[in-house]
Amino acid sequence: MSYLNASEMTGGYGKADILHSCTLTVERGQIAVIVGPNGAGKSTAMKAVFGMLPLRAGRVTLDGEDITTLSPQDRVKKGMGFVPQVNNVFPTMSVEENLEMGAFIRDDDFRTTMEQVFDLFPILKEKRRQNAGELSGGQRQQVAVGRALMTKPKLLMLDEPTAGVSPIVMDELFDRIIEVARTGISILMVEQNARQALEIADKGYVLVQGANKYTDTGQALLADPEVRRTFLGG
Amino acid sequence: MELVNALVAITNYVIIPATAYGAQLALGALGVTLIYSILRFSNFAHGDTMAFGTGVVILVTWGFQSLGISFGPLPTALLALPFGILATAALMLGTDKVVYQYYRKVRAAPVVMVMVSVGVMFVMNALTRFLIGVDQINFDDGARFVINARQWREMTGLAEPLTLRSTQVITVVTAIITVAILFWFLNRTRTGKSMRAFSDNEDLALLSGIDPNKVVAVTWIITGALATIAGTLYGLDKSFKAFTYFQLLLPIFASAIVGGIGNPVGAIAGGFVISFSEVGLTYAWKKVATYLIPNWEPDGLVQLLSTDYKYAVSFTILILVLIFKPTGLFKGKIV
Repeated sequence: MSYLNASEMTGGYGKADILHSCTLTVERGQIAVIVGPNGAGKSTAMKAVFGMLPLRAGRVTLDGEDITTLSPQDRVKKGMGFVPQVNNVFPTMSVEENLEMGAFIRDDDFRTTMEQVFDLFPILKEKRRQNAGELSGGQRQQVAVGRALMTKPKLLMLDEPTAGVSPIVMDELFDRIIEVARTGISILMVEQNARQALEIADKGYVLVQGANKYTDTGQALLADPEVRRTFLGG
Repeated sequence: MELVNALVAITNYVIIPATAYGAQLALGALGVTLIYSILRFSNFAHGDTMAFGTGVVILVTWGFQSLGISFGPLPTALLALPFGILATAALMLGTDKVVYQYYRKVRAAPVVMVMVSVGVMFVMNALTRFLIGVDQINFDDGARFVINARQWREMTGLAEPLTLRSTQVITVVTAIITVAILFWFLNRTRTGKSMRAFSDNEDLALLSGIDPNKVVAVTWIITGALATIAGTLYGLDKSFKAFTYFQLLLPIFASAIVGGIGNPVGAIAGGFVISFSEVGLTYAWKKVATYLIPNWEPDGLVQLLSTDYKYAVSFTILILVLIFKPTGLFKGKIV
């Protein structure tokens, strides 16, 4: 059984369902990417996994444990980390304080974790005393990912981590994400830059109107002429 | 010599009183700004919170006095202060439980919260009057002066008198200590940082496992303490009257907004901007003018505004800031 297993999720914010029997799974230490056209419910699917969307049907298990009814906060304690797309840092707090707040639920010494985050994102160590709101878009994303890593999650969820950053910064962020996965952390990521994201993906999900349309390895999806024609622009 | 006399007159009638008043306003504005940035509404009940806290302090002071307990040269009210803080913090937490909590749960708009706080203001208003009455009360005991006019003359031989009242020194010293503790708390402790995180980004704070109920409770406790300290210092320096405290709401809000609401440093700066403007504009400059400009005896008092209009000063500054620089001197935040 997969490390994360979110099966047959159906639900929405109001009366109308956004997700229709949507299934997402991630293996330990692997990268899963959700792509799809605008309004396909990519972010919604991820929020459902994190418990931010009421589900009418389906269940979510993490490492075999059913977490369907847990609140987002409790899921963090179970080993999930979530990086929202926007407003994902504390702007008037320093980089170091942002990381400290990420470790808020931990009672043990989190200094080694902070050092690991600084090793992964050396620029953050340099700017540790600077307010997160004063950083560039790419650096801010690094703070956001770093903050989520402070709880030592087993599964890291990223909602469009490269939105609004330059292509160079995007490549660097993807490299970092691969590095995170190599440490054994599973990654579930929503991406607009479908091609680049599928290249690093062990598993890719193409969602259309809240339902699974294609599911395969990243390479296989990239090679699939149907997927290329309809989603990757030829 | 004339210049020195002029400086002494300015120090005596403007700088010293405005500094003390500014410190009182700054403490008041800090309370308003904390509530604004963490609970996200303008708390109109703050003036009456100050009145309530001061009322309790006065009652405890009287109790101490009847027991023969005093604080030497310092006012007994300083000994009573912790009791006032405890009572006010309890009142704040009680009000939150009975009133505000519900509106937070239904996610009421900030303007609804403001109206709720107006209701709380009227209740506290009445509560304070039941507790201590409507009369003007002087509760300052202990030494009156640090420097009185006669000592000053013997010290310097200047014609122009200068007095430094002990309540003015106590106000400034207490304010400095209070602000230092507050900033240490907000910047260095885990709870303080979690409050700033909550103020910065509520959703992310919740995601990080910060307990909103604890943040709210601690905010009310600190606000109660700040209000009680500000009110007691103001009462010691001038006198206590429930209605005057209600009126203080205007200069306090003006201070918070001028400095940039939601920003603690701004609240302090704003307090001094308002106090110096108010005192400076309502001071009769005749004496200073006579010293500085030879052979000129002004006919009037050279007073820009009668002291009756002192609230117009804060009001005017408030409007000017809202029109031209709504985020204030230090960048505050707009909910």
